[in-house]
Amino acid sequence: MGLLSDPVRRRALARLVLRLNAPLCVLSYVAGIAWFLALVFPPLTQRTYMSENAMGSTMVEEQFAGGDRARAFARDFAAHRKKSGALPVAWLERTMRSVGLEVYTQSFSRKLPFPDETHERYMVSGTNVYGILRAPRAASTESLVLTVPCGSDSTNSQAVGLLLALAAHFRGQIYWAKDIVFLVTEHDLLGTEAWLEAYHDVNVTGMQSSPLQGRAGAIQAAVALELSSDVVTSLDVAVEGLNGQLPNLDLLNLFQTFCQKGGLLCTLQGKLQPEDWTSLDGPLQGLQTLLLMVLRQASGRPHGSHGLFLRYRVEALTLRGINSFRQYKYDLVAVGKALEGMFRKLNHLLERLHQSFFLYLLPGLSRFVSIGLYMPAVGFLLLVLGLKALELWMQLHEAGMGLEEPGGAPGPSVPLPPSQGGKHTGPRQGLDGTEAGSPDLPSTAAGLHRPHQLLTGLPAGHHHGAHCCACQASWAPDPLCCPAGADQPGSHAPWQPVPVAGAAGGATVTGRGLAALPGSASPGCAGAPHLRRPALPTAVPGPLPLLAAFLECALLEVRSACPGWDRDSPRTPFCLLLGK
Amino acid sequence: MAAPLVLVLVVAVTVRAALFRSSLAEFISERVEVVSPLSSWKRVVEGLSLLDLGVSPYSGAVFHETPLIIYLFHFLIDYAELVFMITDALTAIALYFAIQDFNKVVFKKQKLLLELDQYAPDVAELIRTPMEMRYIPLKVALFYLLNPYTILSCVAKSTCAINNTLIAFFILTTIKGSAFLSAIFLALATYQSLYPLTLFVPGLLYLLQTRHINPNSAAAVHTCENEEQSLLDLFLGVCHDVCGKPSGNHLPLLLPSQLLGFHPRSLWLYINVFFYTIPLAIKLKEHPIFFMFIQIAVIAIFKSYPTVGDVALYMAFFPVWNHLYRFLRNIFVLTCIIIVCSLLFPVLWHLWIYAGSANSNFFYAITLTFNVGQILLISDYFYAFLRREYYLTHGLYLTAKDGTEAMLVLK
Repeated sequence: MGLLSDPVRRRALARLVLRLNAPLCVLSYVAGIAWFLALVFPPLTQRTYMSENAMGSTMVEEQFAGGDRARAFARDFAAHRKKSGALPVAWLERTMRSVGLEVYTQSFSRKLPFPDETHERYMVSGTNVYGILRAPRAASTESLVLTVPCGSDSTNSQAVGLLLALAAHFRGQIYWAKDIVFLVTEHDLLGTEAWLEAYHDVNVTGMQSSPLQGRAGAIQAAVALELSSDVVTSLDVAVEGLNGQLPNLDLLNLFQTFCQKGGLLCTLQGKLQPEDWTSLDGPLQGLQTLLLMVLRQASGRPHGSHGLFLRYRVEALTLRGINSFRQYKYDLVAVGKALEGMFRKLNHLLERLHQSFFLYLLPGLSRFVSIGLYMPAVGFLLLVLGLKALELWMQLHEAGMGLEEPGGAPGPSVPLPPSQGGKHTGPRQGLDGTEAGSPDLPSTAAGLHRPHQLLTGLPAGHHHGAHCCACQASWAPDPLCCPAGADQPGSHAPWQPVPVAGAAGGATVTGRGLAALPGSASPGCAGAPHLRRPALPTAVPGPLPLLAAFLECALLEVRSACPGWDRDSPRTPFCLLLGK
Repeated sequence: MAAPLVLVLVVAVTVRAALFRSSLAEFISERVEVVSPLSSWKRVVEGLSLLDLGVSPYSGAVFHETPLIIYLFHFLIDYAELVFMITDALTAIALYFAIQDFNKVVFKKQKLLLELDQYAPDVAELIRTPMEMRYIPLKVALFYLLNPYTILSCVAKSTCAINNTLIAFFILTTIKGSAFLSAIFLALATYQSLYPLTLFVPGLLYLLQTRHINPNSAAAVHTCENEEQSLLDLFLGVCHDVCGKPSGNHLPLLLPSQLLGFHPRSLWLYINVFFYTIPLAIKLKEHPIFFMFIQIAVIAIFKSYPTVGDVALYMAFFPVWNHLYRFLRNIFVLTCIIIVCSLLFPVLWHLWIYAGSANSNFFYAITLTFNVGQILLISDYFYAFLRREYYLTHGLYLTAKDGTEAMLVLK
């Protein structure tokens, strides 16, 4: 703790902070912004890599070939949905059962806090349908989830179709070590939240839902799928979740690996990733992606139903199929193969994803910035606040010091030009009872040496203000509550054995009327108020002095901050306000 | 000054009652910063229900309280909230009267030293007057009762509050001069957790001084010490006997090393609390109450399961030393550290346990930083105290040999 106990270094530091504060603040702010902008350039941004050992290799051949089946299911689903207007629960149940899953339903309802004017509803109720594929040789302790959120309009039918086709395909495999839950939710986010709350047996959003009949163990990872067309040109991934929470980076890496393996185009925020990071274009686009990601996280809104899984520490992603103008299209088989690969890899997990980063920013799908690298930018921005606070503290101390009588032995932490040192001899002479020193006092700058160390500015200011009010209380015309010698030495209180000269001359005995300030110590202005008529506190017992003191504390801040505050006219409105 | 004290008590009780009735009570009682395995209310209830079932409450290593707590709450379990509010009130009242008497003693001593001309001539501004010390007892009670740490401990029904009450009564009876009662309260406090044993030394020093016995004279010290020690032992023995067999193996249970399974390093932490007593006794033998304050702070920092309730007890003493405020050097840094750490405790706990993204290192780092802040606080107060003593005897305006102002540097 050399810095905190070595007076020479403290003085140097204090001087530095006070003199260079504004430039330091500006510099720090600019550094923060510059650092943030520099995040997209190669040394600060790194290529993504798979951290989890269990998900390392991707050597397995995917065998999903149920494209036609998926399309058939999708058409059926769309037709049934149009007919019933809501989720075709019975059809889903039947189909899932025919595919070979254990099927359960869950109904939920929620009274909306604000009525939904577009859909004219005050209450939302729906049904979730989910099927569990039990792992053939495992104990059902862990599970994976593939979920398709179905809104009230007729999107996502192809996703449901693909889900059912995948379920059928997965059912025939023997390598599953975790259960897989195929979940179709109604009213997308609301249904997902209802299911998750019931699954984890909590109730954080006040949803009324029927309890789940079937469970599958702790969920390790989840993928949410949104597909609205038979063919896609690219798969878009969304990572931002509720309150800006992000899934583990490994999940994103997994997705990217399988997209690359299958030759599928993958996009982030709907944009293809720049290949070239050496020239300026790549980083610029990366910067745009990064800033957009920051904005999306800041909004706190989950950008997909995966966002709700993250709250329960389940890593989840949302994959959206985009059908754009591109010529080369991929059909459902390609998407299915990517999903199959992902699920097979997730099947290998021995423990929850924890190796890779939880907090990161993405300039591109294959590049990331970890929190250790982007936090210093925020740190620089916050340093401005810290510096300002420190400066204000030190300034308060100085302002308060100016009115105090000369403190005792020179405190080493006052950053003054040494020429001020001579001034304190003036008030010192005042100790001998002369009043010669007193006129010097108001003009003595804040350079009075005192035992105060630098970082105790506040009490000095307190003393001044409180003391002045005490002055006002008992001595209206006194211009300055300082060792002006206006005390009548004769009225020395009998308990004061201190030499009269000392008391009168400005060695302020700690006779502050308002002793109720917490932490207020001795150095009040001179002219010990105890020598005067008893001021408020002794005359009025009760909580009033406390209250008065607290008010005073609050008001003092304002007073000290007043630019035109003149030491010679302590008769400020605040003192009068306190009405003493 | 009864009316302000009563008002403060009413406000404090209202705040606590409001919090007890709110939904925060359960949340607070699970926070690990407020309750520890040694002071948690859930464990007390567990022990009581085990006792009701006829099983020893100490089986299962869940319950770590003293049998006296069992006896106390066996009859008062339905009024638990009231009991804890009353203990807080009692602590505040005890501290109020203790500090009131202490101020009188301080003033008498100061007057004596002034008349004996022991002070340098220009230290007038360091002399304390009754006027400034008038509100200190009230402030002490206020600081204790309205400290957020105390309120949290009370709402969480942590038995640390009972320990605080016993220590406060020990201080009160020591200052009043009654060796018998102070030994009883010290015995009770030590019985609950071993650390207050270190307060024996300052208590003894104070009693010796009030009887105007020179602490340096070995014989007198010995007799007084014998008297107190025997009282202490007697009472501890009585406690053990009264509470029957379980207490036989109870005191060893309090050893943190045995609670955690013996780990050599925990023994060093354990020693840390007791280690500072001797140097402090040597340096502060003239100022036993300050010694007590520092010792309580040392206990709060170095005990094995510190909670914010322990911190609240020594924070209540700050108004007593407010004349040292001008010598304190690190107030800004300290306040920032303590506030920031207090805010970060729940954040990092959540990140570690619920979000799974931090790990225990983060939480441990914050507890370390908080302790560093507290150590800085004690050392600051210690420095300020010694500095004031130096100024009192050597004068406020120090000049070096060549007449320039001298700088006081702590080496």
